[in-house]
Amino acid sequence: MRKETILYVEGVTVSFDGFLALKELSFYMDYGELRAMIGPNGAGKSTMLDVICGKTRATKGRVIFGKNDTNITKMLEQDIVKAGIGRKFQNPSIFSNLTVFENFELSLRKKTKGVFYTLLTRKTAKDREKIYSVLETVGLVDKADVMAGSLSHGEKQRVEIGMVVAQDPELVLLDEPVAGMSVKETESTAELILSISKNHTVLVIDHDMDFIKSIAQKVTVLHDGMVLCEGTMDEVQKDERVIEKYLGREK
Amino acid sequence: MNNKKVGGINEWIIAGIVLSIFLIVIPLLNKLPGEDSWLRISEFRINLLGKFLAFAILAMGLNLAWGYTGILSLGQGVYFGLGGYCMAMYLLLKVGASGHYGSALPDFMVWNQITELPWFWKPFNYAWVAIPCVILVPMALAAGFGYLLFRSRVRGVYFAIVSQALALVLAITLVGNQPYTGGTNGLNDFRTIFGFPLRGPDLPKTEFGLYIASVIILFGVYLICRWITRSKLGRVLRAIRDDENRVRFSGYDVANFKIFIFAVAAGMAGISGALFVPQVGIISPSNVGVVPSIEMVLWVAVGGKGTLAGPLLGALIVNYAKTIFSELYPGIWLYFLGALFLCVVVLFPKGAIGIVGQIKNLYSKKPKHTERKKTNIMERTKTEERSIKEG
Repeated sequence: MRKETILYVEGVTVSFDGFLALKELSFYMDYGELRAMIGPNGAGKSTMLDVICGKTRATKGRVIFGKNDTNITKMLEQDIVKAGIGRKFQNPSIFSNLTVFENFELSLRKKTKGVFYTLLTRKTAKDREKIYSVLETVGLVDKADVMAGSLSHGEKQRVEIGMVVAQDPELVLLDEPVAGMSVKETESTAELILSISKNHTVLVIDHDMDFIKSIAQKVTVLHDGMVLCEGTMDEVQKDERVIEKYLGREK
Repeated sequence: MNNKKVGGINEWIIAGIVLSIFLIVIPLLNKLPGEDSWLRISEFRINLLGKFLAFAILAMGLNLAWGYTGILSLGQGVYFGLGGYCMAMYLLLKVGASGHYGSALPDFMVWNQITELPWFWKPFNYAWVAIPCVILVPMALAAGFGYLLFRSRVRGVYFAIVSQALALVLAITLVGNQPYTGGTNGLNDFRTIFGFPLRGPDLPKTEFGLYIASVIILFGVYLICRWITRSKLGRVLRAIRDDENRVRFSGYDVANFKIFIFAVAAGMAGISGALFVPQVGIISPSNVGVVPSIEMVLWVAVGGKGTLAGPLLGALIVNYAKTIFSELYPGIWLYFLGALFLCVVVLFPKGAIGIVGQIKNLYSKKPKHTERKKTNIMERTKTEERSIKEG
């Protein structure tokens, strides 16, 4: 039997030299959910992802993840990845001097990613298959042998999404996946995210309301380090507090 | 990328040619009659080449850390020195009672009034301890040092500075503990190595043997570097150079990878030091301190970092340039050396090995799709400059 909740963020506070980026934030996600998180700049969206994936340490509170309710609050980045959380960063963060194929190869989920295992291991047919299926998913098959650094911005975004997919995590965190993309690219990325969400739990952060509308079932609005409200897109857009704090009166 | 162009069977042909030059052509040229014939390579020159090849081993290791992984170590002299001193201690103990003072202790200990061999010298009576120590002592220090720094995520310039401080510490320690280390004079006046004489009329024969050993060990080190860089681990290393954080978020423990490659580089530096000692006949703090450590980085930079053969080329070019300049212009040779470094850094950012690619780019006018946009821009402006000059 599957548990319902995959992620518990409970009472998390993050303090940067006294400035509170997150204030006792609590936030939960269910298995199989595709959740969007919106909020004005500085609301703490990226900081929350940083806390989940171990980049930033919570000053207070805890993060619980997965089937076995693992407490990942104090775990190292690579161990959180192994537990099953994959993250795409705001600015495409990829390996510029490796080919797209190699980028995905390094991302593949492996039982161990130790030094000596990595030195002695060889690519199996299964690895190749998996890499090609990821290349297909993100639509970069014909760029497989191109250096990732020479790709366009939109393609780099896709490479990073592909890297996260290759990790095959249970929870996918996407930080502004369509930033700097054209309308067309945004549309195809939305499709891509929808197809990823069939097999993964996905949390997307973005500013683009149309994009969010096109993918998310449930939206969480963050403001000033706290959850302002949660619900469907329509509910959220009608919420008085959200209109006041984020969307603006004229909408 | 260059090693792609030389990929496949071609690479083995090139390696074969280089090996046969070192192992057959050069020894044959040495056998030519006539001491003054310009074609003949003297024993002195072969010994010199052997020393440079030993340096190339260090450069290849340093390149694994710096060129492939992005760990700039300004203290590679430390590991070179440890390997060298391990070897020198063994050689010195083999002198035995045939030393100047007729004591079983090394000469410098006698005049420093040491009466008993210090404990850490004792294991070096045996070759089977000394030879592994040449590699393992530098590796252990590098692993320990790396553990402390890489675990706490010290990197970039900060790592470079701390690694350099270590070189200073070692040099000062060696000078300050003269009764145990030979002080400023270092360790010298060896008599034999594995039964072969290191002085007297038969010295050239031993030196020739050491030269051949250097060539073979260098080739072995080259194969190890090739194996490492072409494995998945090699790709992880390049990924660390590109974006360390992303590697972490791909599930790898970056610190472990850095510790590993830094220790491998140190082991190679140790081998280099051990080959240097019998060929030069001395090792002293001036071989291990800050200045030689910086020079080692220059070997890699001049040859071309991030390529397999670049460091070998760089070690040979820089050291030959040093020798030639100092022979021709004893007073001002350092300026020439400085000029060489400046030229390489400004004109050939990819090092000597990258020149071929740069020339190709000049002729094809349209810069090829390379991974480094910066160099592309530099090359492009150079092409433009030339076309302007040529009218």
